[in-house]
Amino acid sequence: MNQPVIYSINGPVVKIRNTDVFSMMEMVYVGKRRLIGEVIGLTDTETTIQVYESTSGLQTGEPVEPTGAPMSVTLGPGILTNIFDGIERPLRTLEAESGAFIGEGLSVPILDTEREFDVTVKVRVGVSVHGGEVYASCPETSVILHLCMIPPMLTGKVVYAAPNGKYRINDEIIRVEDENGKVHSLTLCQKWPIRRSRPASKRLAPSRPMITGQRVIDTLFPIARGGTAAIPGGFGTGKTMTQHQIAKWCDADIIVYIGCGERGNEMTQVLEEFTALKDPRTGRSLMERTVLIANTSNMPVAAREASIYTGITLAEYYRDMGYHIAIMADSTSRWAEALREISGRLEEMPAEEGFPAYLPSRLSEFYERTGAFETLSGREGSVSVIGAVSPQGSDFSEPVTQNTKRFVRCFWGLDKALAYARHYPAINWTLSYSEYTDDLAAYYNQEVNPNFTAYRTELSAILKEEQTLMDIVRLIGADVLPDDQKLIIDIARVIRVGFLQQNAYHAEDTYVPLPKQFRMMELILHIYHRTKELLAEYVDLEAIRTSGVFELALKVKYDIPNAKLEEFDTLTAKIDKMLDELRSQKKEAVV
Amino acid sequence: MSLQYQGLSSISGSLVILDHVKDASFDEMARVVLEDGTERTGRVVMLEGDKAVLQVFEGTNGLSLTNSRTSFTGRPMELPLSGDLLGRVFTGAGRPLDGLGEVMAEKYGDVNGQPLNPVSRQYPRNYIQTGISSIDCLMTLIRGQKLPIFSGTGLSHNKLAVQIVQQAKIAKAQNTQFAVVFAAMGIQNDVADFFRRSFEESGVLQNVVMFLNLANDPIVERIITPRCALTAAEYLAYEKHMHILVVMTDMTAYAEALRELSSSKGEIPGRKGYPGYLYSDLASLYERAGIIEGIEGSVTQLPILTMPNDDITHPVPDLTGYITEGQIVLDRGLEQQGVYPPIAVLPSLSRLMKDGIGEGYTRGDHSAVANQLFASYAQVQDARSLASVIGEEELSPLDKQYLKFGKQFEECFLAQRFDENRSMEQTLDLGWTLLSMLPKSALDRLDDKMLEEHYNPEAAEALLRKVKAENG
Repeated sequence: MNQPVIYSINGPVVKIRNTDVFSMMEMVYVGKRRLIGEVIGLTDTETTIQVYESTSGLQTGEPVEPTGAPMSVTLGPGILTNIFDGIERPLRTLEAESGAFIGEGLSVPILDTEREFDVTVKVRVGVSVHGGEVYASCPETSVILHLCMIPPMLTGKVVYAAPNGKYRINDEIIRVEDENGKVHSLTLCQKWPIRRSRPASKRLAPSRPMITGQRVIDTLFPIARGGTAAIPGGFGTGKTMTQHQIAKWCDADIIVYIGCGERGNEMTQVLEEFTALKDPRTGRSLMERTVLIANTSNMPVAAREASIYTGITLAEYYRDMGYHIAIMADSTSRWAEALREISGRLEEMPAEEGFPAYLPSRLSEFYERTGAFETLSGREGSVSVIGAVSPQGSDFSEPVTQNTKRFVRCFWGLDKALAYARHYPAINWTLSYSEYTDDLAAYYNQEVNPNFTAYRTELSAILKEEQTLMDIVRLIGADVLPDDQKLIIDIARVIRVGFLQQNAYHAEDTYVPLPKQFRMMELILHIYHRTKELLAEYVDLEAIRTSGVFELALKVKYDIPNAKLEEFDTLTAKIDKMLDELRSQKKEAVV
Repeated sequence: MSLQYQGLSSISGSLVILDHVKDASFDEMARVVLEDGTERTGRVVMLEGDKAVLQVFEGTNGLSLTNSRTSFTGRPMELPLSGDLLGRVFTGAGRPLDGLGEVMAEKYGDVNGQPLNPVSRQYPRNYIQTGISSIDCLMTLIRGQKLPIFSGTGLSHNKLAVQIVQQAKIAKAQNTQFAVVFAAMGIQNDVADFFRRSFEESGVLQNVVMFLNLANDPIVERIITPRCALTAAEYLAYEKHMHILVVMTDMTAYAEALRELSSSKGEIPGRKGYPGYLYSDLASLYERAGIIEGIEGSVTQLPILTMPNDDITHPVPDLTGYITEGQIVLDRGLEQQGVYPPIAVLPSLSRLMKDGIGEGYTRGDHSAVANQLFASYAQVQDARSLASVIGEEELSPLDKQYLKFGKQFEECFLAQRFDENRSMEQTLDLGWTLLSMLPKSALDRLDDKMLEEHYNPEAAEALLRKVKAENG
C-alpha cells in the first residue's frame, strides 16, 4: 500500500488525493517534519487536513502519516499549574526545546513523565469496576486531590493492583479484565478525544450561584454553577479585565483559562499574576488550581480552533472528579474567526459575513458541554463557561454575538460609554440580563437574606426609572424635574457609583462577599426610603444633598471592611440621626 | 545551480502560475529572471500537485508567458541582518535604496518570524516618557507595548509620531541604546521625506533604519515591508540588545494591499471585502512587539493608521484595537480648534499602563489623577451636550464649572508645542492644577490624603489669570 502524500498546500489546509486510509477527525502527522494535523474532510478522491503548525517550507509529495486515533488530549496529574498551547503541548517544555520562539514539528511529552506522585490505590484485586469509578488518588497540587477514574466505556474486574506508593504517570497502577477477557492496563493518565463530551450520569438543574464577588454580577445578573455567560464588548471595554477578576475571585474549585487568539502579553500577565496571587480560599498560589491554555493571535490558526475544545475537555475531566470548574474563554470571537478562516480555505459557501453556516451549531455544541452533573462515580461536579465575545465594530448585531446570545443564559453587555468614563466593570445594566435569577432566588433568600430578591427588584426599578428620567433631562435639563424625581436620579447615582462601580485595584473592593453586597444594597435603599419620606414632609432636596448622606453611601465600599459588617449598623444609625436632624430643622423653621 | 523553469503557464494580477514544478515548498522564495536580465522576486502562495502559484513582488508588468526563467531558492524570504543596519534606507522588500551597497550579513532572518512563546515573554512594566502630557499621564506608553495611533486623513499624526520619536526617553535606562525602525507602507513621497528630514534635524538619523514602500511602489512589496522592518527590529532588540521603537505607517494601506492580493487570488471575502484572515495577519505583525525574559532589549510598536471616513468601526482600526494594547485616537474637532496634539482622550487607552505607573515608576498619585481626569472630562462631554440643547445659561453651577474645566483641560493640558517636552512631574502637577478648578466633592476618584496634599484652587486661579493675560 502506498504511503499517502501531500497533493496541495494552501495556508494551514493540506489536501491528499486518492487514499482511503484516513478517518474523519483523525490526528495525523504531516510532512517530514511531522507537523500535527487533523482530518477535516473526506471525499472519494480527496482528504482535507488542517495543520496545527506553520506550513512554511512544506512540499507537495511529502508523506502524511495516520495515527489511527482522533485528536485527543492526555488527562492525568500534572495538568494543573501548567500552561499549554491550543493542542495541549506544554509551553514551558517547548521553551526548553526551541527557545523563546516556538519552532515547528516539536514532539514533546504532554505531561511531566518523570515527576512522582504519592498514589493511594483505591481498589483491590477481584472487585468489579465500572466506567468513572475512582481507582487511585494522588495529591496533584497542595490544594487539589487528583482522582484517577476508570475510562467511561470500560467495565470489568480488577486483576492486578499496585501497592500504594510513588508512581510516575506512565507507571501501571491496575489491570482490568473486561467482559470479553481483554486485559487493560491503567496508568495515572488516559486520553480523550477533544471533540466528544465526556459522559456523566445525569444533568442537574442549576440551583446554586457561582459567586464572583463582583456586585453587578452577583446581585443583579448572577450566574449559576454550571451556567453559561457571555461578555460581549468592543475593544477597551474591559472584557479581559472582567474575566481576570472572575477567575481570581469566583468560588469555583478549578479555573481553566483559555486565551484563544488573544494577546501574548496578556497571557504572560495572567501567568505572573495568578502565580503571585495568594488564593484567599486556600492560602496558596492561585496557579495551584489553574490551568492556562494560550494560543495567542500569532500562533497557528487551526490550533486556535482546537484550543476551545482542549479547554472544555480538561474541564470535564476535573468535573468527573467532583470539582466545580469555571472556564474563561477569551475570546470566542477569535475561535469563530478561525472557523471562518479555515472554512474560507476549504472554499465552503459562506453564510453571514463570511462565517460558515455551521457557526451556530458549533457554538451550541460547545456551550451545551457545560452544566452541573452527577458524575459516573456519583459525585456532583459542574463546568461553567464565561465566554468573551469581541463583536466586530462593537456592533452587537453581528453573527457571533447574536448566535452566542441564543445559547447562553447570562448576558453581560459591556458599554463603551461606561468604559470611557472609567466606570468598571463596564457592564451595562439595561443591556444585560440573567436567566438564572429565578433558579437562584431560593438560594439568595435562604442563604443571604429573605429580602434579597425583593431588594434586587427595587434596585433595578430605580435604575430603570433613572434611564427614563435621563431621557427627559437630556432634552430639557434636570432643573425642571420635581424633587422626588430628582431624588431618583441622585439615588441612581449612588447605586451606579457606590454599588455597581467596583475598584479592582482596591484591597477591600476587589472582592466583596454576598453578605456585604446585601448590606450595601440595604443601606442605599434605606436612604432612599428615608429621604423620600423627608421630601413628603417638605424637607428641601438641596438640604439632603448638602447633609452628606449620599457621600457616606458612596464611600461605604471603601470605608467598611468586608470582615466588619457590624459597622453598617453604626453607619445606619448615624445616617438616621442626620436625617432626623434635617426633619427637626424643617419643623422648627415652619414653627 | 538549481532547476530552472522556462516560461509561465498563466499570469493574473501579481500572481503567476507555473506547471510541472518539482520540489517547490510552501512559502519559499523564487527568482524570476527576465530576458533582459532583470530579476524579480516571487513567493510561493499555493501548491497544488505539480502546479505552483507565485506572488511576484515587483509586479507582473512586462512579463509574458515565455520571456522568463524561474528558479526556486529553497528558502523562505530572508533579510540580511547586521549591526550596520542602523542609518540605512531600504526598499519595502529590504533591498538597499541609499546606494551604500548590500548589507554584510552576520546572519539571515526569516521575515515571517516565529511566534514568541508566551512563557518566554516578560510582562512589560517600564514606561517610555514621551514628553507629551496627554500620552504620559493618560495613556502611558510602556516599553514592549504596541500602541497604535488611530488617525484620519489630514490630521497631524505624522507630526505627533515625529515628536514622540524625538522626545522618547526610557525611564531607568541602563547603558542600552535606543533606536528607531521606520516602515513606510503606501505613504506619499512627501510624507516619507518629512520623516527623513525630521530624523535628520534632530540628529537621530544614524539610529534609524528605514524601509520605504511608497504610494507608487508595487503593492505586493507592501505585504513584506512591515515584516522586514520587524525582523530588523527583533534582531537589533534581542541580539544587539537595543530598545527599538518601530513606527509603521500607514496600516490601512497595508490592509488594502492585502485585500487587493486576496481578491486577485479569488479568496472568499469577509467584512468590507477584506480577507477572513485579516485578524490573524495583523496579529502576526503586532504580536512581534515585546520583551523576552532574561534578554536586554525590547520592541515597542507605534503603528499609525488612518481610519477611512474617520470611522473607528472600520475593519482595520477595529481589528487593530482588538490586538494592540490600547490606542491613541486623534480627533478632527480638536484639530479644528487648533489643539495640537489633537488626542481624543476618552476613547484612547493604554492597557499596560496600570502596571507601569505609580510608586516606583512614575509617581504615587499618577493612576488616581489619570482616573479622575478621565472621569471629569467625561462629565464635561455630558455638560456640553446638555448645553447645546438648553443653552449654557441654564446649566447648573457645577456643569458650568465643568465647561470651564473642559476648556482649560484642552488648551493647557492637551495642547502643547511641537518642541515642548514636559516632564512627568510637570504633567501630573498640571493635572492637579486643572482638577483644582472643580469642587472637592466632584472629585470622587481621589482619596482625602491626596486631596490634602495636592488640591490647590489658588494654583488653578493663577493658571486662569495667566491664560487670560496671554490671550490679552
